[in-house]
Amino acid sequence: MSVPRRRLRGIAAAALAAGLVLSAAACSASDGDSGEGGQSTIVLQYFGSPGFDAAVAAFQSANPDIKVDAQNMGELKDFTPKLNQWLATGQGAGDVVMLEEGTLLGYLETPDKWTNLLDLGAASLEADFLPYKWANGFTADKSKLVGLGTDIGGLAMCYRTDLFQKAGLPTARDEVSKLWPTWEQYAATGKRFKESDAVKDVAWIDTATAVMQPYIMQNSQTWFYDTNNNYIVEQNPIVREAWDFGLQMASDGLTGKLQRWQPDWNAAFANAAFATVPCPAWMTGSIAERAGDAGKGKWDIATIPGGSGNWGGSYLAIPEQSKNKEAAYKLLTYLTGKDGELSSYKEKGNMPSNVKALDDPAFKDSTNEYFSNAPTGEIFGASAKSLKPIYLGPKHQGIWENHFETEMRNAEQGKKTSDEAWAKAVADGKKLAEG
Amino acid sequence: MSVNTHAAGMPRHAASPPPLDPGQRRKQARQVRLGRLDLKMSPYLYVAPFFILFAVFGFFPLIYTGWVSMREWGLIKGDQGFVGLQNFQEVLADANFWNAMLNTFGIFVVATVPQLLLALMLANWLNRKLRFRTALRMGILLPNITSVAAVGIVFGFIFADRYGLANWVLQSLSLDPVSWRGSRWASWTAIAFMVDWRWTGYNALIYLAAMQAIPRDLYESASLDGASPTRQFWQLTVPLIQPTILFTVIISTIGGMQLFTEPLMFNYGAAGSGSGLENFQTIAMYIYTTTFEGNFKYGLGSAMSWLLFMLIIFFALINFLLVRRSLKGSVK
Repeated sequence: MSVPRRRLRGIAAAALAAGLVLSAAACSASDGDSGEGGQSTIVLQYFGSPGFDAAVAAFQSANPDIKVDAQNMGELKDFTPKLNQWLATGQGAGDVVMLEEGTLLGYLETPDKWTNLLDLGAASLEADFLPYKWANGFTADKSKLVGLGTDIGGLAMCYRTDLFQKAGLPTARDEVSKLWPTWEQYAATGKRFKESDAVKDVAWIDTATAVMQPYIMQNSQTWFYDTNNNYIVEQNPIVREAWDFGLQMASDGLTGKLQRWQPDWNAAFANAAFATVPCPAWMTGSIAERAGDAGKGKWDIATIPGGSGNWGGSYLAIPEQSKNKEAAYKLLTYLTGKDGELSSYKEKGNMPSNVKALDDPAFKDSTNEYFSNAPTGEIFGASAKSLKPIYLGPKHQGIWENHFETEMRNAEQGKKTSDEAWAKAVADGKKLAEG
Repeated sequence: MSVNTHAAGMPRHAASPPPLDPGQRRKQARQVRLGRLDLKMSPYLYVAPFFILFAVFGFFPLIYTGWVSMREWGLIKGDQGFVGLQNFQEVLADANFWNAMLNTFGIFVVATVPQLLLALMLANWLNRKLRFRTALRMGILLPNITSVAAVGIVFGFIFADRYGLANWVLQSLSLDPVSWRGSRWASWTAIAFMVDWRWTGYNALIYLAAMQAIPRDLYESASLDGASPTRQFWQLTVPLIQPTILFTVIISTIGGMQLFTEPLMFNYGAAGSGSGLENFQTIAMYIYTTTFEGNFKYGLGSAMSWLLFMLIIFFALINFLLVRRSLKGSVK
């Protein structure tokens, strides 16, 4: 009969009711693991434009019992923090997620968050992949295979034939390739280009930072880290060499001083504000998207100065938290298999890392209509098998994007001297690498 | 028991109350108890949602953040153990943190001072007899209800360096284009535009409400004494709504210290780590980037959050003291 206890009970009941409402609201968001009618749903999360649409559709019609929920997570920088939170909390990540080369090694440091693809039968696929691409998917002790390769970044140089013509330069891709066997000759051609009044508002290259990746990847086997994950950028003369070369082009007035992946850069494509851009295979899709129909047929592809190298490329992995690993593995091996990678290539120009796809006539004899029917299979394929892999290290992408690229742009835009910017980038990069 | 029945409204002196059988009596007693319970409990029940929500989304995170701030904790690697105040030491020695602090204060001052002045003018204008008064009053709140992300994206395009609207206007006036993200003042100004666009109307409505509480006859006698409208505004309206002004200052301070979305969208969604954004990275952005990008230092980010929390408390206290003083002053 005691009233206080009843009151407590009442409060408890009210609190419980409110709590239930709250938790029900919280739960309902994460439901939806299983579809109807015995169909299981697999969530695929990717960034950028990997060209999975047709491949996913083909996979679904071949596997009617699996429904693929393909989620485009925006650019890499949008996806990375989200994926990290999902891995940290143990829920939210898709069944198959895409990992970029520059961030992959960071994820390999927490192998317990990932499914070992060897357990699902991936061992037999070794011969299908380029050796370095296969090897990079493993954890440091080689016991666990976390990811299988999607695309790789075979290198080329994309250029605008209409601007070349205005400036009095040759426009045929073979002749253009002969203009720049080396980076020095590339810069010299840029100066010739700038001498023409017909193109005086046009930059030779979009930004000084654009030469860093190809230049370093051609000339060094390491970048910020050595293979023991020590931060060694100051002992790597190639990085400073590339930095100085890029900024020299800037002070010669050859660069557009743009920031990649931002609205101004996108608009610059539409406005034909620069004549050349180093383009890994996956970049061709990005260029076509940005330059739009107006640029169709005005772009072409020549070889890159300085020989072959690799720039970017991704992996697909299965987070340990996935509830349907078998079906996830089916999707993963389809997308990284011959048919899946050829489909990505056809859709967005992403170059296969799967050897069977690389050897297929559908890749080898392919041309790109947008780029004046350039024989892309031949141009990109030529460098693919002779690639020297470069070791990137766990926090490569963050060090590059947040510190070196930003500081180099500060120097390019004249906000800092080259030495000031370099010192700041080295110090902040060290803090990130060793912190 | 008898008191209970009495309270239920059954007169004791009723001529011949029909004898109640035990079942009915129990039922009646239960209803009475429920009635009393209802009377005492309902108010708690009605206010409970706020307290429960606050406990779950306010108080608990606050305490938990405090706990995490004293631990070495990587977001993905997990808890690495207790480190005491080491995180706080590290934050206080971090030049990027102080840089973010400077930016936060700078943007706060550049945004808030013109914003409140403008709101005051707007409120004074709306306080007059105008046509379409209600429509106008509602209209000035419109910017506030648009999504901040949408605002940020649109303003990000307006203040783009190369192909932005603002620079296009400047150039068509034959002025030099401004590198909006390239200098401290330019970026602060651009962000202040976004903040003010959203919040001026909101503050104006609060001022308007306060102004409407001022008795009309004060203005009438001021007019009879020959005071001009401008003088009435500065010497009558502004002093009389001073407590409201201080309230908006407190609210703007709290909002300003937590500024995040506008500068983030201004940088096209990149919170960056340190060096890239030295001109306009705010504390909230630095907390985000420390915790969720780069090194994923959950403990360090929590320490920063706590410092920010204490800073806001500090400013709220100062404001509170000012309000009290000004109220005392107005009573005299």
